[in-house]
Amino acid sequence: MEEGNTTNAHEDSQRVTWEGCSVLLDVNDGDRFVFARLTTAATLSVGSYQIPLGPLIGRPFGSLFQMRTGPDGPFLIEDQSKASSDSQHTNGADTKENGMDWKNNQSKDNRALNDTNTAQNLQHSDIVEMKREGVSGDQIIEALISNSSTFAEKTVFSQEKYKIKKQKKFAPKVLLRRPWARSICEAYLKKKPVKIGYLRFDTLSLMLASANVSGYSDVLVVDQTGGMVTGAVAERLGSTGNVCCTYLGLKSYPIDIVKIFNFSPDLCSRILQSPLPVLSSVRVEDTQILQNPVNSIPSEIATTNSLLNSTPSQVSMTNSPLNPTPSQISMTNSPLNPRPSQIPITCADIVKIDVSSRQSIPSPKDHLEETSDCTDMNLKCTDKAFERRKVSCNPGQNATQARVNLWKERGFTSLIIAAPNLDLDSLVEDLLPLLTYSAPFVIYHQFLQPLAVCMKKLMTSKIAIALRISEPFIREYQVLPGRTHPFMEMNGFGGYILSGIRVQEIPES
Amino acid sequence: MQLIFCALFNDQSFDKSTRVTRKILTNPKHVNYQSNSLRSPAKEKLIMFGLAGGDPRLSFKRTIAYGDLAIVYEKHEIMRPIIVTPNAELHNRFGVFMHNDWVGKPFGSRVLSVKGVQGYVYILAATPEIWTLCLQHRTQILYLADISLVIMYLEIVPGCLVLESGTGTGSLTTSIARSVAPNGHVHTFDFHEQRAQSARADFDKNGISNLVTVGVRDIQGEGFPDEFQAKVDSIFLDLPQPWCVVPSAAKMLKQDGVMCSFSPCIEQVQCTCEALASQFTEIRTFEILLRHYEILRDTGATSEMESGNSRKRKHDPSSVNDSIATTTTVFARPCRFAKGHTGYLTFARLKFKSS
Ligand SMILES: C[S@@+](CC[C@H](N)C(=O)[O-])C[C@H]1O[C@@H](n2cnc3c(N)ncnc32)[C@H](O)[C@@H]1O
Repeated sequence: MEEGNTTNAHEDSQRVTWEGCSVLLDVNDGDRFVFARLTTAATLSVGSYQIPLGPLIGRPFGSLFQMRTGPDGPFLIEDQSKASSDSQHTNGADTKENGMDWKNNQSKDNRALNDTNTAQNLQHSDIVEMKREGVSGDQIIEALISNSSTFAEKTVFSQEKYKIKKQKKFAPKVLLRRPWARSICEAYLKKKPVKIGYLRFDTLSLMLASANVSGYSDVLVVDQTGGMVTGAVAERLGSTGNVCCTYLGLKSYPIDIVKIFNFSPDLCSRILQSPLPVLSSVRVEDTQILQNPVNSIPSEIATTNSLLNSTPSQVSMTNSPLNPTPSQISMTNSPLNPRPSQIPITCADIVKIDVSSRQSIPSPKDHLEETSDCTDMNLKCTDKAFERRKVSCNPGQNATQARVNLWKERGFTSLIIAAPNLDLDSLVEDLLPLLTYSAPFVIYHQFLQPLAVCMKKLMTSKIAIALRISEPFIREYQVLPGRTHPFMEMNGFGGYILSGIRVQEIPES
Repeated sequence: MQLIFCALFNDQSFDKSTRVTRKILTNPKHVNYQSNSLRSPAKEKLIMFGLAGGDPRLSFKRTIAYGDLAIVYEKHEIMRPIIVTPNAELHNRFGVFMHNDWVGKPFGSRVLSVKGVQGYVYILAATPEIWTLCLQHRTQILYLADISLVIMYLEIVPGCLVLESGTGTGSLTTSIARSVAPNGHVHTFDFHEQRAQSARADFDKNGISNLVTVGVRDIQGEGFPDEFQAKVDSIFLDLPQPWCVVPSAAKMLKQDGVMCSFSPCIEQVQCTCEALASQFTEIRTFEILLRHYEILRDTGATSEMESGNSRKRKHDPSSVNDSIATTTTVFARPCRFAKGHTGYLTFARLKFKSS
């Protein structure tokens, strides 16, 4: 079949990890997500354990590992016990049993349970001793159960819960995942939502769809989500098309999340950056471009970025009002960061499970350290394989003048703005003319007001049509026989998006 | 091509533009064109988002040509697909438009009426999102919010091989095709011969037929064809009893592949999740909805009531006064009419089989 060719050897090799590859580790069924770069030296810390990640190299994505402790300390081995490998709602056998019982069998309930802390006869020192002897986590759990005076009285459901709790502590599980836009976004939202501007994955998906991002696209983005948007766009480009991150001021916005995706060097080379003044500089050369054959072939290496240097006045002019001052940032940040009492609702799991206190609000300066921190220390390791890869894959190069000219000639095919710290009105005014007619655009914002004002302005200017502000609502369900309901906790707000289509202006008459 | 499309318009519920299309059908010149236009199926043309061939990058800026599928944007949320046809006229509340006038202009152009009301419309290039809004419903379809979540969660990117059933109206299929392009493929199956046929015609019109294959097959009864075994990146099901297809889906997926099932009823979800438990992991069920907002302008008119593209309106004193508009507050509120439910999306990843 012809289609057999559509996924080549390279794609298939991506389903197995390699040394230096970026992975997402799902620790204990989604309790915690860790991005790591796999090297022989890398380790993962779970509780008090430092677990070497070497055994994960060369393993297929989707493999599940469980920690064991041996005389040489903790180590990961591939988990063979499939039955216990799933979280509550995926464990078929158990849930089925419970399901059949749910209407009548409530014989055990918690009326006889007293919370006295004396139910466990095993001492802490006993457990430490067992660990030192290399007793497996499962055996420790067994010991805990047989020494618990109340375990037998618990309902099946809470017995299960108890076991899971102990398993997480003494025999943590690590699931090997491929980092994709969705999983990266979800992990950041749980772990460090500020970094990605509180972008929810469903909102992100809506933005990509509304902006019609696909192969052959030339997507213009303003990305203040640390590279989340840029990476998600690049993922959709495949082997064709470009994404151009534009920015105001002298420094481009950090896009280091892009490095978590395992993009090929070719794809990385199509993730470009260009300052706004360069993109929107007068189109005098347009006529030349049409005649100049050089521009039809993007001979990028040869061309220098002359315009960049020739317009310093423009750069600094645009720079001053829009480059946010520290005070502006903290201003914008404060309402996004809800009252302390509300934080645990959004990122409860992380607050509980993530030992470190990584919740500080980032200032633009510490963006870089912040990433290595957030993506775990494993990213810092200076293994040779990693270094080599890093060199070959360097997203965010400056777009060459030839490329910029091409964009000017043809226009971008879509625009995505996720820039909470910039003034939307002037940004949109500058960016929309860079799009080709009929090109869709989307603007993400945490607040409704700026989008409403922007929408009204666009309606008046008639440079865009099909304008719409929407807000996605997503709710996850627990599905269990007789116990199906929405999860008690949810993310109640995913931001707003304003979408529209750029069209031919109405000529002044 | 054009024939089929006009016929579709023909069964549409009656409104002004429908009547117009009928008029075109009976226009002798038009009929003439149709007979000789049958030679050029949409295949070599670059119609939807320019994916079908040639240099697609240039195609996006490509100008409107005869035979193109164009979207006529009348006003907010009112868009109609139309095949650009020589000497054909379009009649709507904004006047009478000649297709001939559009040819050679870029997509996204504003075109003026030649007779009747002095108005204008925009001629847009089709995208999967616009298509979903203006296609001719033959079944229930998936809409933007569900579609975008499905594409992202199923990890559909260029080059992917995707299976889908049932095809229905092809609303989702069109978006999947866009996402697997240029070198991937989607095989979609429906047991309804007629629907499969109409879907094929739509894909052809949209210039994506090289990315989609429509098969007629009872997927619940027979499962997916064996030729796809262990080759497929992701699978989507919108069927009355998706749980019947779970074992087949597991067989088709590559290691670590993801599937999704869309069902309106929670009982269906329940059965599907039970069926998924033995071979799949990370089973998660979501409901996604969109809330739209309208903005209130100083005249008291909301964006929803936004008046259309009448050129006269520019001087109409009742419309927004620009100088005031820039200084007054803008109010926003959710639209009154909203979808309360579409369906539940259940995602699951194939469990790892150590070999
Ligand atoms: C609701 S529609 C799908 C709509 C589609 N997702 C869209 O967005 O346009 C469901 C389709 O499934 C088809 N179908 C129902 N049972 C089927 C079966 N056993 N095998 C194949 N197709 C089936 C029906 O003919 C119908 O067209």
